[in-house]
Amino acid sequence: MKSRLERARELLGEFYAAPYRGAVARARRDEDDLFMLFVFAEMMGVPNPAAYYTLELQPLLIERFHEWHTRMGLEHSPLDHFRCC
Amino acid sequence: MNAIVLAVIGLVAVFSGYRFYSKFVAEKIYRLDPDFQTPAHTMRDDIDYVPTNRVVLWGHHFTAVAGAAPIIGPSIAVVWGWLPAFLWVVIGTMFFAGVHDFGAIWASVRNKALSVGSLTGEVVSHRARNLFMIVVFFLLLMVNAVFAVAISDAFIATPASVIPAWSAIVVAVAIGILLYRMGVGIMWPTIVGTIILYAVIALGEIVPVELPASIGGLGPAAQWIVILFAYAAVASMLPVWLLLQPRDYINGIQLFVGLGILYGAVLIASPDVVAPALNPNRPPATPPIMPLLFVTIACGAISGFHGLVSSGTTSKQLNKETDARFVGYLGSLGEGALAIVAIIAATAGFSTLADWEAFYVVRPDNPDFTFANLGGVTAFVQGGARIAADGLGLPLGFAATLLTVMAVLFAGTTMDAGVRLQRYIVQEWGTIYRIPALTNGYTATGVAVGACLVLAFGAGGADGSGGMVIWPLFGTTNQLLAGLTLLVISVMLVKLRRPSRYTLTPMVFVTTMALLSALYQLQALYAAGNYLLVAIDVVIIITAIFVMLEAVSALMRERRAAAAEAH
Repeated sequence: MKSRLERARELLGEFYAAPYRGAVARARRDEDDLFMLFVFAEMMGVPNPAAYYTLELQPLLIERFHEWHTRMGLEHSPLDHFRCC
Repeated sequence: MNAIVLAVIGLVAVFSGYRFYSKFVAEKIYRLDPDFQTPAHTMRDDIDYVPTNRVVLWGHHFTAVAGAAPIIGPSIAVVWGWLPAFLWVVIGTMFFAGVHDFGAIWASVRNKALSVGSLTGEVVSHRARNLFMIVVFFLLLMVNAVFAVAISDAFIATPASVIPAWSAIVVAVAIGILLYRMGVGIMWPTIVGTIILYAVIALGEIVPVELPASIGGLGPAAQWIVILFAYAAVASMLPVWLLLQPRDYINGIQLFVGLGILYGAVLIASPDVVAPALNPNRPPATPPIMPLLFVTIACGAISGFHGLVSSGTTSKQLNKETDARFVGYLGSLGEGALAIVAIIAATAGFSTLADWEAFYVVRPDNPDFTFANLGGVTAFVQGGARIAADGLGLPLGFAATLLTVMAVLFAGTTMDAGVRLQRYIVQEWGTIYRIPALTNGYTATGVAVGACLVLAFGAGGADGSGGMVIWPLFGTTNQLLAGLTLLVISVMLVKLRRPSRYTLTPMVFVTTMALLSALYQLQALYAAGNYLLVAIDVVIIITAIFVMLEAVSALMRERRAAAAEAH
């Protein structure tokens, strides 16, 4: 009985998620892209009043930096002193 | 005839179509290969491309394609008698829709899960693809306009449905927040949400909502249309997880519950079909059955919209190629089942032939009644409610509200998605033609909603009659799209040197009927002085003819190549 309920929950969850998985992922990615811009804004010459705080986040997001700038249409890193590719 | 007999004949026929005909098509025509690596595996990204359990995939494919249209179309088409509508639904599901939906999935899966539009570009020509997109744009435009008018009519006919229908939005948003923001599991929000949805129907009975007779010169129908599009504009801008996704989900649950209620009630109440098999007494301005029957019932028999769903999301999630038969053919069969019960509701849900004629032929309370005022949702609700009341012991008013809410929610969700899709198209045009203003989400939504409003009002929606004016044109566009999809599948089959008559025959029939309907409507709309719809009709006819010529040329080219190869 318990395993059947668990299976029903799984199927229901999949029924809920499957049609919109792509749309939700894209919306999440758009939010992440905006966040990346906030974090790296100062380095690109855009004044960021929260730079003191976002600086701390840069090492955490560095792995996503290359993917982000290519997605934004920049083939190479826009930062002279920081070249990821 | 007893309605149970009708239901059994219909369901046995469509299920035998699945059991035998779809098996033949799967093995001999599409030649499905269980070892073929589908795009869900070869392009897997766990976002768009995900191998999905075939039952789950069937569930969301079915709920994506089935909506208000298989209820409205058949409920209107019984004006010619129940027999033609029933035969078209059953034969259409077996030999047209099943092959079309199933084929669209197969064609897409064999081409890296491309959409039918992109496939047209690949298989036929890029010019054909651009023209195809114009047909899609008009289809969306008409879907939104026609459903806005249908919902507006339903709210006026059943004021008790207003609060429950709008409450569904609150329930959906609550489910969205619980699942995404608060991390609650799926089970409890589903159970509680569904209970609330049905409990609120009782509240609607207590507090019916009617809009004022006139606000700024707009009557209640026009006021509802404006409200609905204002809502659709806001809804299309909201994140999908907050409204569209949970709303679609509860609608899916509603669809299964609604089908269960209706078939269960038919089985228990065992009503007789009181409508005539062929109806000689029709309301004024009823168009001829030939060819209009075949566009009045699009969804429920065959619908081009299904091809967009099949090749848009379903094909990206297909685990095995052999699942295409289960998901595609059985998905259209589900819609056929909904159309059959809609026919039963609209023909066996009336006590006597006189009662039926008082709705379908001459309305004693409306001397100006014509075919244009024939509300499909109202017929379904009126008949279905009586069957549900007799069969399940529900109070008649409650049953009527329940069915109205069901139909309104289907139509409403389609509008939400339709306006959103149109916004994307307008934004894409803004990018392609370098018009920065159109790339803005708010401007694009304004343009999309504005176009729908112009169509809804231009067609006569302001006085509640527009729905039936746009409906045949909507059906025509839908069928032309289905014809184009079948043509693309046929070209693929010829390229593969396989028999193409199983897709070409339905293609020729459905396209001929759609073009004849478009021509009939052209003269009828011109005579009525409805120049807006005349212009749209002309564009659709010209576009469809051009795409057909392109596709036929591709077909002949492939045939010649096949013949040369044979020599």
